[in-house]
Amino acid sequence: MKKDKIIIAIYVDNQYGVLSRVTAMFTRRGFNIDSLTVGETESPAYSRITITLSAAKTDKDQVVSQLRKLYNVKKVVVLSNEDCMKRELMLIKVRNSDEVRDRIIETANIFRAKIIDLGEEAISIEVTGDSQKIDGFIQNVKTFGIIEMCRTGIVALDRGSTTIWSDHDDD
Amino acid sequence: MKLTGAQIVIETLLEQGVDTVFGFPGATVIDIYDKLFDCKDKIRHVLAAHEQGAAHAADGYARASGKPGVVIATSGPGATNLVTGIATAFLDSVPMIAITGNVSNSMIGRDAFQEIDITGVTLPITKHNFFVRDIKVLADTIREAFKIATSGRPGPVLIDIPNDIQTDTCEFKPARKIVPAKPSKADDSMVAKAAEMIAECKRPYIYFGGGAVRAGAGKEILALAEKIDAFVGCSMMGLSEIPSSNPRFLGMQGMHGHFASSVALAKSDLMIAVGVRFSDRATGKTDRYALNSKKIHVDADFAEIGKNVSVNLGVCCDVKDFLARLIDAVSEKKLPDWEEKIKSLRERESDAYDDDTFVPREVILEIASKASADTRIATDVGQHQMWTAQFYNFRKKHTWLSSGGLGTMGFGLGAAIGSTFATGKRAVLITGDGSFGMSLNELATAVTYKVPVTIVVFNNRTLGMVRQWQTLFYDKRYSGTDIDRSTDFVKLAEAFGAKGFRADDVDGFRKAFDEAYAYEGPSVIDVKIDPDAMVLPMLRPGGTFENLVTWKEAENEEG
Repeated sequence: MKKDKIIIAIYVDNQYGVLSRVTAMFTRRGFNIDSLTVGETESPAYSRITITLSAAKTDKDQVVSQLRKLYNVKKVVVLSNEDCMKRELMLIKVRNSDEVRDRIIETANIFRAKIIDLGEEAISIEVTGDSQKIDGFIQNVKTFGIIEMCRTGIVALDRGSTTIWSDHDDD
Repeated sequence: MKLTGAQIVIETLLEQGVDTVFGFPGATVIDIYDKLFDCKDKIRHVLAAHEQGAAHAADGYARASGKPGVVIATSGPGATNLVTGIATAFLDSVPMIAITGNVSNSMIGRDAFQEIDITGVTLPITKHNFFVRDIKVLADTIREAFKIATSGRPGPVLIDIPNDIQTDTCEFKPARKIVPAKPSKADDSMVAKAAEMIAECKRPYIYFGGGAVRAGAGKEILALAEKIDAFVGCSMMGLSEIPSSNPRFLGMQGMHGHFASSVALAKSDLMIAVGVRFSDRATGKTDRYALNSKKIHVDADFAEIGKNVSVNLGVCCDVKDFLARLIDAVSEKKLPDWEEKIKSLRERESDAYDDDTFVPREVILEIASKASADTRIATDVGQHQMWTAQFYNFRKKHTWLSSGGLGTMGFGLGAAIGSTFATGKRAVLITGDGSFGMSLNELATAVTYKVPVTIVVFNNRTLGMVRQWQTLFYDKRYSGTDIDRSTDFVKLAEAFGAKGFRADDVDGFRKAFDEAYAYEGPSVIDVKIDPDAMVLPMLRPGGTFENLVTWKEAENEEG
């Protein structure tokens, strides 16, 4: 069956153990999470979890239904890929030397990435953007040698004045 | 009014209408037990032999009455011993409140004596669970637990209360008993769509399960069937919701379902599924399940719609209300071809059952003819369970207590005991020698409380259901299934202080049952069963309902 990349935004009680309740549902029902971010929201009572996964339509419906059954889950929406803003942040440490330094800096400029640390043997760069941009940056610096990297996973919001509380197609 | 946490637990239970709790004391619930001692006249505590038995008793109490069952256990092993009981209730959507003690907050996370993360352990087998960190939220947490356990699709809720919370004090404000939230009512448009599908169909079949039992929708199911000339079958969890003898009722369908019921479902062109979850034991392979039929699925849980079987119309709603409105929305139908088809299926079925030498059936028919209509029939899991589901004549609602989803051997005795506390009526436990071995310690509980339970042990000296698979599909290689343990169940019963009977044949059983059923306290009847006796028909692994293992075929295998 055809699988689509989907982004699910989940509003949950900001309490002990809620994240493990959410992830346990994915484990138990055999759905694989591609990325997960969690953090505070405009209200201290709630946290927002953003999960991306590849899923066929029936699996998507089942994931959303099972999430909605969890007691601490207040709202679940599937964000439409076209109508949402998504960003990911990466910190990446690339091998530095006199020969390649200029090329690395040039690549960073092209991607509008920020150099945040410069050492004799390593350059650390911050890249923000959608996942494809970050994938593209990795491709371009691979040849210099990646020492270490860390991606946050996607955070996403609806465009315009739409919020998680607005009506969405799958409600 | 300032109360201790332990007092708050008791006060909140009383406020929620609890008059019976099952449990077993220990170090971290000693304060709750101390307060139970003060209110013996208001809350009856039933001491089980093992926490698992207590959990099954709370489950049986809930199944027999519809009220939530309450179980209390201490931390560590007390809590982990509840796990099978909680999982059993979870899979069968039974309202249950499990209260566990834990070590004091200051000790949490230090692997203290009998400390276990029971909310972590029970996370996937509870509808929700709570760890109480603050005495200020204790009363509301317990109230919320009752609300969650009894609202919508019911289920077990566990509350873990560290010991320091039980001894600490806090202001307590009494509240009213919570009212469970009912599932919402369906849109008129959904009722109209269902009515349209019914208008077009020629072979309607109503398939109901535990959700219909919970909603008490039996009357509506039969009225709809009567009006549209549908026939009715159920999952194992649906048994006893409508009288077994109703001419519209074809019996349980599924892996060991009634032949006519399973085949009628496969032949139907419209299935109206009410409060079912399309378990694999009911459907067989889902990609070849009921391919001839359009499907309407009504259930209180939206996550069940389309989970296992895709349907043409899925409605998440109060199923009883939906059916009541659907009855008004449909016009009467008369379907003589369908009636004829059902008649011929039933004839084929009764030919196969036309054998009064089959001891399991005769024993169950004997129990059915002697036991009162309100006797609770509990079972364990295996052949005896399927035979009971097939042959017992249920006459009243909530009289069937059996572990469907989890298939818990050892469920029956606890459940039977629990049911008697809820109803004040007799219970009969039909079990096997394998299953009974897993829970017979609860005979002690039955004797202590003079529980009116008659235990019928189908003794074939083998783990019959697994052996049946080995006979049919594993070349008769009886690995691990012969359990000739030489247990003398009569002496065993007597050692516990119960009555014991032995029956070598059906006549012997008749005499024994008369005496055992008339006896006020618990009794055990050891009935000899042929180890080669099989549960038929049977859906073969990966098979369909048009290709069941039938009696003839099984006879050749027995050879």
